[in-house]
Amino acid sequence: MTIDTPRKLTGVRDRVDLIYRGVTRSGGIIVLVIMLAIGVFLGLRASQAITADGWAFFWQQAWEPDSGKFGIAAVLIGTFLIALVAVSLALPMALGTSLYISEYAPLGLKRTLIGLVDLMAAIPSVVYGLWGFFALQNSIVPIARWISQNFGWIPIFAVTGADPNDPLATNTLFTSSTFIAGIVVALMITPIMTSIMREVFSQAPIGEREGALGLGATRWGMIRSVILPFGVGGIIGGTMLGLGRALGETIAVYMIISPIFVIQPHILQNGASSISSLIALKYGEASPFGMSALMAAGLTLFIVTLIVNFGASAIVARSRSGASS
Amino acid sequence: MTVFDTPILNEESSLERGSAHEAPIQEIHHDSPRKLNQFRVSDVLSMVGALAAALSMTTIIFTILAPVGGVLGFLLITYILFVITYAILVSFDETWPIVRDRVVLVAVHSLAITVFATLVFIVVFAIGRGLSALPHLNFFTQDMSLAGPLDPLDKGGIIHAVVGTLIQIGIALAITIPLGLTTAVFLNEVPGAFSRFVRTIVEAMTALPSIVAGLFIYATFILMFGLDKSGFAAALAISVMMLPIMIRASDVVLRLVPSTLKEASIGLGADNFRTMWQVTLPTARSGLVTAIILATARGIGETSPVLLTSGFTAAFNADPFHGPMVSLPLAVFQFVKSPEPNMIARGFGTAAVLMLLVLVLFIIARIIGGETVAKKEARARRRRQFVANLVEAYRLLAGALATLVSKISSRSSERARSMEARMNSERRSAVASSPAPKENE
Repeated sequence: MTIDTPRKLTGVRDRVDLIYRGVTRSGGIIVLVIMLAIGVFLGLRASQAITADGWAFFWQQAWEPDSGKFGIAAVLIGTFLIALVAVSLALPMALGTSLYISEYAPLGLKRTLIGLVDLMAAIPSVVYGLWGFFALQNSIVPIARWISQNFGWIPIFAVTGADPNDPLATNTLFTSSTFIAGIVVALMITPIMTSIMREVFSQAPIGEREGALGLGATRWGMIRSVILPFGVGGIIGGTMLGLGRALGETIAVYMIISPIFVIQPHILQNGASSISSLIALKYGEASPFGMSALMAAGLTLFIVTLIVNFGASAIVARSRSGASS
Repeated sequence: MTVFDTPILNEESSLERGSAHEAPIQEIHHDSPRKLNQFRVSDVLSMVGALAAALSMTTIIFTILAPVGGVLGFLLITYILFVITYAILVSFDETWPIVRDRVVLVAVHSLAITVFATLVFIVVFAIGRGLSALPHLNFFTQDMSLAGPLDPLDKGGIIHAVVGTLIQIGIALAITIPLGLTTAVFLNEVPGAFSRFVRTIVEAMTALPSIVAGLFIYATFILMFGLDKSGFAAALAISVMMLPIMIRASDVVLRLVPSTLKEASIGLGADNFRTMWQVTLPTARSGLVTAIILATARGIGETSPVLLTSGFTAAFNADPFHGPMVSLPLAVFQFVKSPEPNMIARGFGTAAVLMLLVLVLFIIARIIGGETVAKKEARARRRRQFVANLVEAYRLLAGALATLVSKISSRSSERARSMEARMNSERRSAVASSPAPKENE
């Protein structure tokens, strides 16, 4: 803050101030140490497994640490697939909702909707998991079947073993899939993405908005020529933050998927995997070496989300909206 | 939307269509900003028409052509057909940019409605399925140590999970509030490269996967120090997760404190500490409380750190340092793993309790966060007024009472006096009359 600068030039800080600065600084240092310790300790614990496994850790698919055959290829790709499904569904939903709140909603409704979005972000993930498992699963299977029948020629929508000519085929081929987990995670990350995008949209300069409308633009014309170019940093940053959340989501995914440890590129098919649900699944029965392998998986997840988040905050900060998010 | 007010709208629609053919008037119509927020009759009609057409086409598709199955599929196809028909209908009357505008309008509204409807459905679904467990009083007073999976709902409860959640979040708050607020103050008050670095790290950590937080505490607390799984370890894991959220939220709030206030305080001779303690923190108090409550709501709902660091138990345990201690979300997770319908009902009931807890926290946060200085002042004035009224009323009442008492007492004293007088007079008369017989004797 600017208020400190003159003091620094002229005066001597009294003891209270020095103590005060020291205490607050130590708070910052403690937080920094905690955050760095996460990486350090996970790395220490993981080193045993990683040195034993070498580069195979990155390309092996199976997860059998006690027989020395384990790697994160399957779970890492599974994590990314779930996150990809989630983000591609959540992006239009968040974009629509944030545009609605900032541009279309009646003034009286706005505050309520903003509160509702914040509340949605605070709903525990286990509740989303409950909904996904007990309510969504049954109603989404016909749609998954329909997509696989009509778009099965696109590799990721294919379902091995599904017979398009047999309408009475069993539904279990389509349950517990990457697709269903992705939908649930999409609903979980939509609120956070919405609130970031809405904040950026609402800061679009009023003069440019009115200018566009005054030149005869329709509302969509105004949004496309003013709001979206202005908020593109917020859209990208919010989406990446959502991606970071989606990568790390544990319980809801764990409740829905049936874990497999081969690369599963068919998102509609039963069987999926993610790093976090791998940890939740295996930690209980893990031997010390297995625990080390799990730590290595956790470290990978940590590094990946960290990279995504750093990118997101850099993009949001560089957008014209400044320190808004 | 007044979609179904067709009888009145029909008459006007012919007018509207008549004028729509006169091109110049139409153009003026669209350019005037007044029309931005209004629905014209033709809009409503084309919407209703498109909806009807889409419904009938979908019905044909579903019954005759290609059965897709499922309510969701029906809705999806109806919606897609609706958008297409609506675009075609609008394009009869309007220019291309306006058609696009209308289609986007429909898309944005429907996306927003979908999101909010899904939220409401998720909440209602969890509470609705939990209703069978909630009315039993034992659900809130017993633990699950004596209740098996086949037991009816009037046996066993979740008191152990409620107490566990409260203890864990209590410990987590005791750690995160001082540390988080101190760090937020540091980020704002001690500028420099170091605080920028801390801020970047904290921002990147806000989306720290909760299972990684759990894994970290597991690696240090349990594997390195060799301590047991316990409620305290779970509280530490929750703290690691809540800390960045709280720091970031309070950092934003502190940044919003007007610098003129701080400058005024410094200008009056206060040092930095006094300025922070007596000006900045009180000004930002409601925002800080909101930040704390929002972080709490996030922390309460976390399952995976507790799963890793505390472990599951069906028994009541109020000792955070020894033995596993279950929390509400973990209890939900364990309940619904069972195939028994009663356990699943218990799981949904627990989820309903958890959501209620989050909702209450959230409402408190909204109330406190909506607090402005003016509102607070107004309420304080109302309170003072109320007290003043009370005092006034009391005074009036006391006055009335006093007059009443004095009146009663005066009346009674009067009565006493009159009685005395009567007695006196009687006595006197008696005295007067008594000598008479004597005299008569």
